[in-house]
Amino acid sequence: MKGHELSETAIAGTLAEAGDVWAPHRSLLGWVASVDHKQIGIMYMVAALAFFGLGGIEALLLRIQLAVPHNNFLTPETFNELFTMHGTTMIFLVAMPLLTGFTVYMVPLMIGARDMAFPRLNAMSFWLQVFGGVMLYFSFFARGAPNAGWFSYAPLSESAYSFGSAQDYWILSLLVMGIGTVAGAINVIATVATLRAPGMTMRRLPLFVWMTFVNSFLMLMALPILNAALVMLLIDRTLHAHFFTPATGGSAILWQHYFWGFGHPEVYIVILPAFGIISEVIPVFSRKPIFGYEFVAASTVAIAFLSFAVWAHHMFAVGLSDTFNLFFAFASMSIAVPTGVKIFNWTATLYGGRLRFTTAMMFALAFLVMFTVGGLSGVSFAVVPIDWQLTDTYYLVAHLHYVFFGGTVLASFAGIYYWFPKLTGRMLSERLGRWHFWLTFVGLNLTFFVQHLLGMMGMPRRVFTYPDLPYWGALNMLSTVGAFVLLAAVLVFAWNLVFSLKHGEAAGDNPWEAWTLEWATSSPPPVDNFTRVPPVRGRRPLWDLAHPELADELRSRAA
Amino acid sequence: MLSRGKLAMALFIVSEANFFALLIIAYAYYHALDSSGANGAGALDVVTTLRYSLCLFASSATLWVAERNLRRQEYRGLIYWLLATIALGAIFLYGQGREYARLFSSGITISRNLFGTTFFTLTGFHGLHVFLGLSALATLFWYAVRGRLRQHQTEAVEAVGLYWHFVDAVWVVIFGVVYLGSLL
Repeated sequence: MKGHELSETAIAGTLAEAGDVWAPHRSLLGWVASVDHKQIGIMYMVAALAFFGLGGIEALLLRIQLAVPHNNFLTPETFNELFTMHGTTMIFLVAMPLLTGFTVYMVPLMIGARDMAFPRLNAMSFWLQVFGGVMLYFSFFARGAPNAGWFSYAPLSESAYSFGSAQDYWILSLLVMGIGTVAGAINVIATVATLRAPGMTMRRLPLFVWMTFVNSFLMLMALPILNAALVMLLIDRTLHAHFFTPATGGSAILWQHYFWGFGHPEVYIVILPAFGIISEVIPVFSRKPIFGYEFVAASTVAIAFLSFAVWAHHMFAVGLSDTFNLFFAFASMSIAVPTGVKIFNWTATLYGGRLRFTTAMMFALAFLVMFTVGGLSGVSFAVVPIDWQLTDTYYLVAHLHYVFFGGTVLASFAGIYYWFPKLTGRMLSERLGRWHFWLTFVGLNLTFFVQHLLGMMGMPRRVFTYPDLPYWGALNMLSTVGAFVLLAAVLVFAWNLVFSLKHGEAAGDNPWEAWTLEWATSSPPPVDNFTRVPPVRGRRPLWDLAHPELADELRSRAA
Repeated sequence: MLSRGKLAMALFIVSEANFFALLIIAYAYYHALDSSGANGAGALDVVTTLRYSLCLFASSATLWVAERNLRRQEYRGLIYWLLATIALGAIFLYGQGREYARLFSSGITISRNLFGTTFFTLTGFHGLHVFLGLSALATLFWYAVRGRLRQHQTEAVEAVGLYWHFVDAVWVVIFGVVYLGSLL
């Protein structure tokens, strides 16, 4: 008996020592050398937020230049560099890594796994992302940043028109990040396919995991398209080849097909995980399971397939044949259907729920409205004649910002307020959160709604200044004021993050009384995530645990 | 259910297939246009390339035999068949090098015209993949010779095998589109 006790103590001691060995190394080296999905996820998000600051500063400089007619705040050359870098940054260095950060942090926790399937590959993906971003920004010190726009249309992006190395930095940086993204997508799919906890069937996966799982297939299929196009452009520029140079027989249109062949799936790549966040936040703060789980998951698969058949709606003004335009107009309208299905699912989840208006929920609700506005202006672009009238105007700029800012960014804010307690063990301040929310909501609509009107009045995008036409100056000034309201919102948010990290209210394991597995462990979770994964017998394991008599499984059997 | 490693390799192959699809589409696209430069029909030596291609196709078979030897714990056979696979792949690369040299000497380069641009990009990337496959096979060979590749470690060999068969299959398409296409 005594010997038995002794050995148990010895084992406990050994375990404690082992725990020390595996304890997170919070030193700088501990972060840099980490292969822990939680540390890597946080690093992804921190890097993305840092670049969000840079991209935001670029946007503010653009808005200052456009505040009044005939402005000379920026030179045309600088203006071109700034809008190129703003677009590239926000897509590749903010939206993608921020959502990837959520993904690599949350997916293993939500499926009850210890880590990703390939932890070292995970670290490689992250560092490729970081160094790709650094390489892009290094171009500022190497005789100027790229200035051919975020889609770098040929032949403008060819060596005859973009001399110097700026465009090559752009290509190489996107290539490096693209390889990292493909590796990350493989990792997520392998994780979900092989590391689910017992009982976690595909029909019980949290919807955030479903979205990122489908999204990884999108990345796997779409990023190689970009990589191939980038390689061809690079070969054109460095080895004097002729892929996209019309002067020597190449085709500028082929670049457009290739770029948008990637570029439209990309639009869904930066929105599907956002849909996933919304599908977690809305049910928890409505105190109801999601309405039509299967429809949310299946419509995502439909979106993924359709997203590869709509690219040429970016090219209606090119002068392709009518048949071609008709096909892509039809396909683009039909992709609005599965997206609309989701909006109905979320709205129906709210209906009759006991709503809790936390900051996370406020952002999720604002997402529903703002994303719908962006979706509707998007459908209007699927109508070819409307597209001919409005393409490359500020109407387009308004549309894409309602989708990216009103969609991806608002959902990411919702996700940050929702999961910050899990990541740090502390709550974000709800009071500052209110300020952050309302400033964002007002700033967003002030900045971008008026751009619809400017576009319909004919103001083209990417002009560095404009003549003093009726209303143009006033509307542009409103838009610039809105941009500064957004700056205030971001500053409040940054302060909230920094302040709450040290002084926030202690969160506990499950502050929102949520139902998915990440809330079953401590906040922040231990290195190996779970001491014991709760049994998974339904879609809401923690609900089943707390209310065994009302378990989802029993109810579905009774029904 | 696939193992984790083989699943990852299969997914990687999906992404690679997309990459090659675009290079092939670019080649075919410029050859479907009028022949204002993108014409290399006369320059290619189809018969010689066919001989070297057969070596690459054969290497898929020898790798399959090597895998079977590993499963049957016949480690000596594993070493020999791996060596044969590497040799056949290397012969293919040598053939590609000779063809490049011949084209260069007749003035056909990547910057000469659209044929050069699309041909060298497509076959060059394929050659790079063959080279990477050979590196992976050489690593397996090294482990096999040192007796560190055993029956229960088939996953690495099978994953490399998937990749090698894929590289082989891509060449079937390239040979069809580029070389047989040039005879039309």
